[in-house]
Amino acid sequence: MATTLSRDAVAGRPVDPAAPLLAVEDLRVEFRIDAGTVRAVNGLSYTLGRGETVAILGESGSGKSVGAQAVMGIIDSPPGFVTGGSVRFRGVELLDLPEAERRRVRGNRMAMIFQDALTALNPVFPVGWQIAEMFRIHRGLPRKAAGEKAIELMERVKIPSARVRAGSYPHEFSGGMRQRVMIAMALSLDPEILIADEPTTALDVTVQAQIMSLLAELQQQTGMGLILITHDLGVVAEVADQVVVMYAGREVEKGPSLPVYHRPAHPYTLGLMDSLPRRDVHTERLRPIKGSPPDLLAIPPGCAFRPRCPYGREICAREEPPLAAVTSDRISACHFWEEVSRERAGA
Amino acid sequence: MGRYLIRRLLQFIPVFFGATFLIFVMVWAIPGDPIRALAGDRFLPEQVRQELRDRYHLDDPLPVQYGKYMGGVFQGDFGDDFRGRPVTDLLAQRLPITVRLALLAFGFEVVLGIVAGILAGVRRGGFMDNLVLVSTLVVIAIPIFVLGFLAQLVMGVKFGWFPVSGVQRGLYSYLLPAMVLGSVSLAYIARLTRTSLIENLRADYVRTATAKGLSRRRVVGIHTFRNSMIPVVTFLAIDLGSLMGGAIITETIFNIPGLGRAVFEGVQRQEGTVVVGIVTFLVVVYMVANLLVDVLYAVLDPRIRYE
Repeated sequence: MATTLSRDAVAGRPVDPAAPLLAVEDLRVEFRIDAGTVRAVNGLSYTLGRGETVAILGESGSGKSVGAQAVMGIIDSPPGFVTGGSVRFRGVELLDLPEAERRRVRGNRMAMIFQDALTALNPVFPVGWQIAEMFRIHRGLPRKAAGEKAIELMERVKIPSARVRAGSYPHEFSGGMRQRVMIAMALSLDPEILIADEPTTALDVTVQAQIMSLLAELQQQTGMGLILITHDLGVVAEVADQVVVMYAGREVEKGPSLPVYHRPAHPYTLGLMDSLPRRDVHTERLRPIKGSPPDLLAIPPGCAFRPRCPYGREICAREEPPLAAVTSDRISACHFWEEVSRERAGA
Repeated sequence: MGRYLIRRLLQFIPVFFGATFLIFVMVWAIPGDPIRALAGDRFLPEQVRQELRDRYHLDDPLPVQYGKYMGGVFQGDFGDDFRGRPVTDLLAQRLPITVRLALLAFGFEVVLGIVAGILAGVRRGGFMDNLVLVSTLVVIAIPIFVLGFLAQLVMGVKFGWFPVSGVQRGLYSYLLPAMVLGSVSLAYIARLTRTSLIENLRADYVRTATAKGLSRRRVVGIHTFRNSMIPVVTFLAIDLGSLMGGAIITETIFNIPGLGRAVFEGVQRQEGTVVVGIVTFLVVVYMVANLLVDVLYAVLDPRIRYE
């Protein structure tokens, strides 16, 4: 789909042609609640290029969704605050933009889809109306023209008999079709970045594959950058170029996805791999990661993963591991990353 | 939908007979002789008394009386009061007054209640929120007759902004009683709207609407508002029903000759036909209001389907 509007500026500010599509640097988000301050994201950095896919991997509570919401600028404040770092969209700092200008970026230049489309879509408006709203608000199209655009989009994401279905309500669709509606809505204005927050978690396995391939196809057509938030390592290996593994709000391992997948350099990543059924490695039984993620209100000093870590030693309780360069394009936040990465050396 | 409506209309039948019979029983259970009360201190010849008793079927057994009365109702005859005036005339005369009062009160409570609820809910814990919570609590805590006399004294007597009582000054004289009548429901509506809005603001679809790049005004005013109104509308309809039922206390305090006062006077005089006639009418109004709400529900929330 050709872009009709000038995209050489972001909220009136000229873009830097040399800058990457999105550069997130040392992003920090905290929630100030009655019980204390939760540091949900504690230094998250990655860059995303056109047509690239970055996967953010982690358990629930690891800060992966909050990090993405901070990029979109949709964190409820209070209690949530972005306390540091930078989010540059084609060189333009988004965190400094006034809300009115940030809003013009949201939905328009970067869009987001969510895990459960049933609750993420408004139950009392027809889906066609909800998609058309994007054209009416951002482009000022009249109701009728916007409705036609919505039908086109529904056809583009392969919803059968889109013209009829545009008048249906979210609860009248199957899970997979609902997620297609979500995708149609997100892609309506040709965003340059799509953030997908566990887009397939609520779906059946066969439907998951359909949605992932639809996303891949649309990405190929539009050249958009995709940020995929997931806890599914298999998906990461299949579609992502880069992966950031998060634990307790920190990034613990980062790098090109295949090397990370085949030879993890952090015990947490390794644990995630071992807790997955795999065809290429024969194991008698799956080995889940012992214990549970730490209470974000009381993260222990040193390495946050230490209580669950089979490699944990005395130094881990004392010193927070620095981000060590595993190779020129990979880092790991583990004191013993060399030992960990030997684990899969022969695999 | 058609079948649903028919089923609901059929349900009207037992509710209608049950409610009217109960009222009938209760009115006739009031101790004392209504005819003697009618005469007061004056002498009433036994012959006249018996004539009156026959005319109002007062010596028949209760079920027979009820049967005769119902037979009349279905022919549009709600009986006569003790002055020989048909109850239907009384209804026709009093109803417009009560409707006027009820609609004014309703408009007042709906507009102010919803606006107050939204202002409170969008900034939870803010100044408006606290103001609304405290003031509604005060209104709910004070009995309506205290509120009525207070309003009469302050706004009517002291400042002279409103007529103190009666309906001589047209619609204007209904304003103060309507505000008093609507005040308690206003408080409930404000609180209900606030709670519902706060709840809905946490919903996933609100986050989606924000992510679409919509303004806060649109996110709250369009996306959240419609969803938040679902429980409020239920309350509104039931409340409209009870407002139509006449405000016995308010109409008495402000000396407004509406249905509420007619019922009150009817009970005092033991005029069974008047009380039962008016209440029967109100039962029907209430049932129809309830049906309308349930239908309106489906319009507001497409997830509801009637089969």
